[in-house]
Amino acid sequence: MRLTFDVNGVGQQADDVWPGESLLYVLRERMGLPGTKNACEQGECGSCSVYLDGTLVCACLVAAPQAQGRAVRTVEGLATDSAGGLDHIQQAFVETGAVQCGFCTPGLIMATDDLLANTPTPSDAEIREALAGNLCRCTGYEKILDAVRLAASRRTEVTP
Amino acid sequence: MDFLYARSWDEALAAKAERPDAVPISGGTDLMVDLNFDRRRPDALLDLNGVEEFTRWERVNGHVRIGAAVPFTRIINEIGSLVPGLAIASRTVGSPQIRNRGTLGGNLATASPAGDALPPLMVADATVEVGSVRGERTVPVREFFTGPKRSVLEPDELIRAVLVPVADGPQQFAKVGTRNAMVISVCSFALALHPARRTVAGCIGSAGPTVLPTPDAEQYLEAELADRRLWDSRAELDEAVATRFGELAGAHARPIDDVRGTADYRRHAVAVLARRTLQWTWTEYRRAQR
Ligand SMILES: Cc1cc2nc3c(=O)[nH]c(=O)nc-3n(C[C@H](O)[C@H](O)[C@H](O)COP(=O)(O)OP(=O)(O)OC[C@H]3O[C@@H](n4cnc5c(N)ncnc54)[C@H](O)[C@@H]3O)c2cc1C
Ligand code: FES
Ligand code: FES
Repeated sequence: MRLTFDVNGVGQQADDVWPGESLLYVLRERMGLPGTKNACEQGECGSCSVYLDGTLVCACLVAAPQAQGRAVRTVEGLATDSAGGLDHIQQAFVETGAVQCGFCTPGLIMATDDLLANTPTPSDAEIREALAGNLCRCTGYEKILDAVRLAASRRTEVTP
Repeated sequence: MDFLYARSWDEALAAKAERPDAVPISGGTDLMVDLNFDRRRPDALLDLNGVEEFTRWERVNGHVRIGAAVPFTRIINEIGSLVPGLAIASRTVGSPQIRNRGTLGGNLATASPAGDALPPLMVADATVEVGSVRGERTVPVREFFTGPKRSVLEPDELIRAVLVPVADGPQQFAKVGTRNAMVISVCSFALALHPARRTVAGCIGSAGPTVLPTPDAEQYLEAELADRRLWDSRAELDEAVATRFGELAGAHARPIDDVRGTADYRRHAVAVLARRTLQWTWTEYRRAQR
């Protein structure tokens, strides 16, 4: 079947989509957007986190045809304003050493973006709760918490 | 595989009647795992996301009518104070990403004894609105489940909404798992106090073939509360009464040994959760001013 939807602000079309395939598969294999990672395909790891009409979801659990006519935003779509640079959350992850192998990073950055959009100055408990669906096998999470705190402090500086 | 879209309840029922082999998909958080791992290969999927009324909730005559596809996140944020037990349980489901997609309709249709929305719906005396082109009916949640992953839902029927009475007293839910987030429960317990009726209702999750009500524990507690005139005095509840209530609730569990826990552990943990939820709800009842 043919799928037409909006990806990172651009209208896209995918042909020969098998109706049972996931949005994750379409993004990675048909749209050429490998930023969204595939690790578990069962909603456990969060590395496939994307926005579907502004809601944070696991792309592996959305049937591709369910995205018909909808807007998807992936990690590739976060830094579009900064001319090839990084947005402030990505920058904070780099600076705090929150990235080791990097496999979990796009999902964690999406989850952090969602958290800070709704809760600009989160408590540690709120950070842990918001990132509970994102697994990291490398960092032990401490640096990731540092990254979120740094991103939050910068965000509150720029948006009074 | 075909993919069918429905824009309204009637369209969804017609599609299901025409294609009985079509499997409904709502949030996909149960179904997509099966598809991704090739455990299920239905001939057709019927998408319920486009049915606008499924994503609405409304207040009707002392009830909240929650559309089958209202996700857990919205239950927590929008109607938490009306259906507190269900909201507490919803908060324990998966992760933010799962709660953003997972729905009551999916939780009911999956009919897992570990479905976290189910015990609070039982103790609140919720009813499920189901229908097909043959007609519509309402089924009390207490009569909905017939076995593990089995319910009274007919093959051509869809769940339309869940009717939950607005809480008339304190409600609680507690769950045991290996960590704080992203766990299928080892066991759980929901409790509702109904002060106006002077009754209580408990329900066990994940320690039997279905979620299980706890009538012996309820009768014991109702008698104690009446004999000691505690509904009126709002006095402190004896530790021994709470413990006995827990033991009687635990005796209703019909657990098995599995990877998540042994039967003995589950029976014990249900008793502990029942005692604690009673202490929490009673404390809340004592604090509430009439
Ligand atoms: C990582 C992860 C963690 C999870 N954690 C929890 C947890 O902590 N607690 C918990 O209870 N569950 C948990 N789940 C399971 C799941 O999220 C819930 O059961 C959820 O309520 C399913 O809703 P859904 O809309 O996503 O269902 P779907 O996957 O869309 O559908 C599930 C089933 O219900 C049927 N169905 C859906 N809607 C209807 C309808 N309106 N009428 C008739 N049939 C319908 C479908 O055909 C399918 O058979 C978890 C799942 C994952 C992947
Ligand atoms: S790949 Fe989707 S949650 Fe792991
Ligand atoms: S940095 Fe390797 S999984 Fe998180």
